[in-house]
Amino acid sequence: MELKELVTQKLKDKFSSINFSFTEYRNELTVSFDKKNIVEVCRFLNDDQDLQFKLCEDVTAVDWARKDNRFTVVYHIFSLKNNFRLSLKADVDESDCAIDTVSSIWKTANWEEREVYDMYGISFNNHHDLRRMYMPEEFEYHPLRKDFPLMGIPGSLPLPKK
Amino acid sequence: MQKLNKDEVHPKIIEALLGADTDITIEDALENEMILNMGPQHPATHGVLRLLLRLDGETVMACVPELGYLHRGYEKMAENMSYYEFIPHTDRLDYLSPMANNVAWALAVEKLAGIEAPPRAQYIRMMVSELARIASHLVAVGALAMDVGALTVFLWTLREREKILDIWDILCGARFTNSYTRIGGVANDAQPEALAKVKWFIDQFDENLDECERLLNTNRIFIERLDGIGVINAEDAVSLGLTGPSLRGSGVEFDLRRATPYLFYNEMDFKVVTYNEGDSLARYFVRVDEAKESAKIVRQILDKMPQGETLANQPKRVLPKKAEVYSKMEELIHDFMIVNFGMNPPVGEVYSAVENPKGELGFYLISDGKGYPWKCKIRSPSFVNLQAVPHLVKGHMVSDVVAIVGSIDPVMGEADK
Repeated sequence: MELKELVTQKLKDKFSSINFSFTEYRNELTVSFDKKNIVEVCRFLNDDQDLQFKLCEDVTAVDWARKDNRFTVVYHIFSLKNNFRLSLKADVDESDCAIDTVSSIWKTANWEEREVYDMYGISFNNHHDLRRMYMPEEFEYHPLRKDFPLMGIPGSLPLPKK
Repeated sequence: MQKLNKDEVHPKIIEALLGADTDITIEDALENEMILNMGPQHPATHGVLRLLLRLDGETVMACVPELGYLHRGYEKMAENMSYYEFIPHTDRLDYLSPMANNVAWALAVEKLAGIEAPPRAQYIRMMVSELARIASHLVAVGALAMDVGALTVFLWTLREREKILDIWDILCGARFTNSYTRIGGVANDAQPEALAKVKWFIDQFDENLDECERLLNTNRIFIERLDGIGVINAEDAVSLGLTGPSLRGSGVEFDLRRATPYLFYNEMDFKVVTYNEGDSLARYFVRVDEAKESAKIVRQILDKMPQGETLANQPKRVLPKKAEVYSKMEELIHDFMIVNFGMNPPVGEVYSAVENPKGELGFYLISDGKGYPWKCKIRSPSFVNLQAVPHLVKGHMVSDVVAIVGSIDPVMGEADK
């Protein structure tokens, strides 16, 4: 499809120094790259007149339960102009469990990133309001990590005061 | 609602509330700022939504929503059960339109596993999603009217919704939590009685909706409580990620049924309803008009619905019919394998989204080739739409907060997952 080629070509032309990897599965295009470039790539995809990925549908993370690059942060963005969906991926290592926020580009990312922080413990640099989304602030664990047991940890949720 | 002292709330929430940049200025400020707690048990918050409001007099300066009171950890549970077992759980996401959630889940898993449901099953799915849309919008309109003080309409719209629940009862035996779809089709074929009842419902629906509409559109209190309240322009709405009627009320013509057609929506003749005002009244108008468009779609579906199978013929992935399991060896083996070890889609990941009554419901699934998903992310429309509430309520009165939350129409089962 030509839109996929257009996105691929534009990204390669604009960021010649970044090492992109493009994959396609079930007719969906996914772009993976290093996490330090996330903000500039997102800003370009949002601002470019031909692409206009104005709608950030989803930000989430995957815990691969492996030693290197344990997490992958996944963004699903949609272009209202072209009716085209694109996935972006950036690996995050457990030793440096942080990635830059994109909430300055898409306001939606604010809560989505808070949810990722709550569930996976990945923190987002420069996020202006990084609190837990669902769990109470006193909770110490991150439930969607693969090492968190399904039954929960007894006593980990404190009862409200009084 | 209760007034809170600062030491009763977690310091981080206070920080978010007081640190929120507010550009609201009031002449003769009353200098009696206070923090008001609304919910999570407040009846007008549509479930267990908790809003913390920073007020000056009666004007909202800033608002911080607190979620998680209905958090059941569905994403964690999905990682520990097979794809079939998760179908009943999708009922409990947006509990006002369980059928539409079933369809969304089935489509996502089918995309992951590479299964295609037969045409009749797809038409039935389309029919139930549209009826679910009508049912959900009826509740939304009724509850919005009740939030601003018009109680009668709620009873009238619920009477209409009751007829749809009766159709569910005939179709699949359950009124609320349907679990009607299966991977690769639907649980059972739509019986002639069910289709006859759908036809009867659609024939009398327009007239009854008109009745409700007349009651509201000529009601000066209702109009004035909503007109110009909670305005959001198109650019902000897209940036905040609004989808569904809340986005189309701001004049953005975005509907996944049109943008990325699934099922047989590309063969249906319907209009994507948009209003340009972007206020609560516009969102109400979008819902009413969409219900009418949905009725139009259902009428076309009844005309065009083909005969044939309702379950895909892929024995290794799709559960066989119960009668065959009891009488045939092969089917018994497949049933045993799928129930005990799952259907094992190939390694890969997909994001599949459908247009639900509240907005875009997406499932992001990763399969590692085993029976359970490695990851399941639910992109729920209510969660994202609620993010607009602090933006919408700024500068309005406390009583308008109720109307604005009602016009966004969140369902907390879905927002909290």
